[in-house]
Amino acid sequence: MYVTPARRAKKAVEAAIKLILIASSTVAILTTVGIVASLLLEALRFFGEIPLTDFLFGLEWSPQTAIRADQVGSSGSFGAIPLFAGTLLISAIALLVATPVGLFAAIYLAEYAHVNVRNWVKPLLEILAGIPTVVYGFFAALVVAPWLRGTGEAVGFDVSSESALAAGLVMGVMITPLISSLSDDVINAVPQTMRDGSFGLGATKSETIRNVVLPAALPGIMGGLLLAASRAIGETMIVVMAAGLAANLTANPLQAVTTVTVQIVTLLTGDQEFDSAKTLAAFALGLMLFVSTLVLNVIALHIVKKYREQYD
Amino acid sequence: MSKSDRIQAGLAKRYRAEKRFRLYGILAIAVAISFLVVMLTAIGIRGVGAFQQTHVALTVTFDEQHIKDNNWQGMVKDAMRKAFPDVTSRRDKRALYKLMSSGAGFDLQTMFKDDPSLLGQVRTVWLPSSDDIDMLMKGTIDREAAEGDRRVSNKEIAWIDRWLADDAIELQFNMRFFTAGDSREPELAGILGAFMGSLFSLSVCFALSFPLGIMTAVYLEEFAPKNRWTDLIEVNINNLAAVPSIVFGLLGLAVFLNFFLLPRSAPLVGGMVLALMTLPTIIIAARAALRAVPPSIREAAFGMGASQVQTVMHHVLPLAMPGMLTGTIIGMAQALGESAPLLMIGMVAFIVDIPGGFTDPATALPVQIYLWADSPERAFSERTAAAIIVLVGFLIAMNLLAVILRRRFERRW
Repeated sequence: MYVTPARRAKKAVEAAIKLILIASSTVAILTTVGIVASLLLEALRFFGEIPLTDFLFGLEWSPQTAIRADQVGSSGSFGAIPLFAGTLLISAIALLVATPVGLFAAIYLAEYAHVNVRNWVKPLLEILAGIPTVVYGFFAALVVAPWLRGTGEAVGFDVSSESALAAGLVMGVMITPLISSLSDDVINAVPQTMRDGSFGLGATKSETIRNVVLPAALPGIMGGLLLAASRAIGETMIVVMAAGLAANLTANPLQAVTTVTVQIVTLLTGDQEFDSAKTLAAFALGLMLFVSTLVLNVIALHIVKKYREQYD
Repeated sequence: MSKSDRIQAGLAKRYRAEKRFRLYGILAIAVAISFLVVMLTAIGIRGVGAFQQTHVALTVTFDEQHIKDNNWQGMVKDAMRKAFPDVTSRRDKRALYKLMSSGAGFDLQTMFKDDPSLLGQVRTVWLPSSDDIDMLMKGTIDREAAEGDRRVSNKEIAWIDRWLADDAIELQFNMRFFTAGDSREPELAGILGAFMGSLFSLSVCFALSFPLGIMTAVYLEEFAPKNRWTDLIEVNINNLAAVPSIVFGLLGLAVFLNFFLLPRSAPLVGGMVLALMTLPTIIIAARAALRAVPPSIREAAFGMGASQVQTVMHHVLPLAMPGMLTGTIIGMAQALGESAPLLMIGMVAFIVDIPGGFTDPATALPVQIYLWADSPERAFSERTAAAIIVLVGFLIAMNLLAVILRRRFERRW
């Protein structure tokens, strides 16, 4: 009775459906807004207590604020440089491992491997990407770190049991599949005619790859490396389980360092009063993390996109 | 030397370089795959032990006095004294009692609850031993080590040897590992609590991210005009996909917990955070699936007079559904393995009870692994590895399901 041709029910229903679709697509925007707003608001409150310059350039990180005012070392210090340095050290080790392994694996798979080999090896590498990071963390803390310590002792090095090297090595394996699959894509996108031209001039396959394919694929590979770097910086579980807790400003990979993500976790797990500088500091660190990974991602996605347009 | 001679002379060197280059590629793949194999076997070897647990056969009297006092562990102690009548000094007795798990009495209690006719009867019951004895039986604690270096004394080993001679101690399937919640005692700890936490979180995550992801993808692919707003949404989604997961946890803490005042440690909040995190994955996969549906389908529907919404709902969406489901399963697998954002919203507490709802405090499987990995007891390291085996098993099952779905429904147009 209510549905009559004059009511144009279909039009109304379809308009409503469209509205719902539009609304759901704004959730992604709202998420970003939520992230930026929550990080920014809490971080601003933190910077109200601790000056921004102290945070960005301070060399001392010991966030324990005192319960009683007369306690020794009662004023917590929030200099984040040791955390940034630790994060960079571990990420650099990871990239040093993952770049050659991932890149050479991608070159072999894209240029040399037989289709059957490729069909087997590619999913195996993808398994590496699908393993939860907590598993890598367990492996790093329980197998790799003691092994490194043992080997170090045998050779005469003093390796900390929470060395940056152990966390970095394992993280390197974790980001290897990311680099290899992105590089594989861009290497495959280099047109065959370019290779044929090089072969025609008498170059061997490896000469062609080094002098023609890789230079052509370089921007895309760089984009992949930047994405991998941002993954390494934001990685949490491996470093929480295998890296140290104490801030330590050093470039020695055999010593324990701590990272931004480790500190966020330690500041926010366990008992907390929400308004203390200690918990707010976690949001300031989160903001730094978000901004730096965002910049890396934007540059990387831009490079990858621009490069793709060239050959399409 | 002529030109061709010079080329000939360099040829051997160039071919060597070629071979070397090829070798680097093979080496790189070998390194990556052998790491995978080493990691999985190391964890596998460590973990399989936890699927078995040392049990001891004790002759227990279901004594009326003990039952009245609710002193079930006392019943175990009586049985121990009866098994070793020669142990008399107080110190030795205390050491003797410690051979059994503090959960042994609880087992007797459940037995009695199921069968009250046991009152006053004498039964031989297999009860769990303590974790140190378990480790000794599995060889993790070395019998040959000097007495001061191991956690089990010579006297205790002598008692166990007497049990061994009587066949009264053996490894049995560790049912408790699959049916119990967390515990401070490794031999009593199980993964069911964490598993239920993961299940509840994932249900919330699926209920939110699947419809939202698909609606967003449909809008962007089928309806959205090409303008700045949709460009913004697109860039946004691509960036969200690469935001570190811990940042989503911070968002959950600040918005869901502190602003909307939702309960801490609840799978409800965990699921919401995981949903936001998996949303980009699902959207990207769903868009690819929609794009794979050829335009001719849409044109045919339009030609028959269908409206745009009808075309999408009746034709495009059903054809794209398998691809969307595949993407969603992969997104869910990611969410199942994720722990960092859950740490932020308090799903790291020590929780013994098995959660029964979306707002009960809970942990999740990967978080349980993280918690156990931190425990100093040797037996917990074994259980951590076993929990990893279970988690990885689930992930493999989910990914296989995705692959099968893709194979089964993949269509070439």
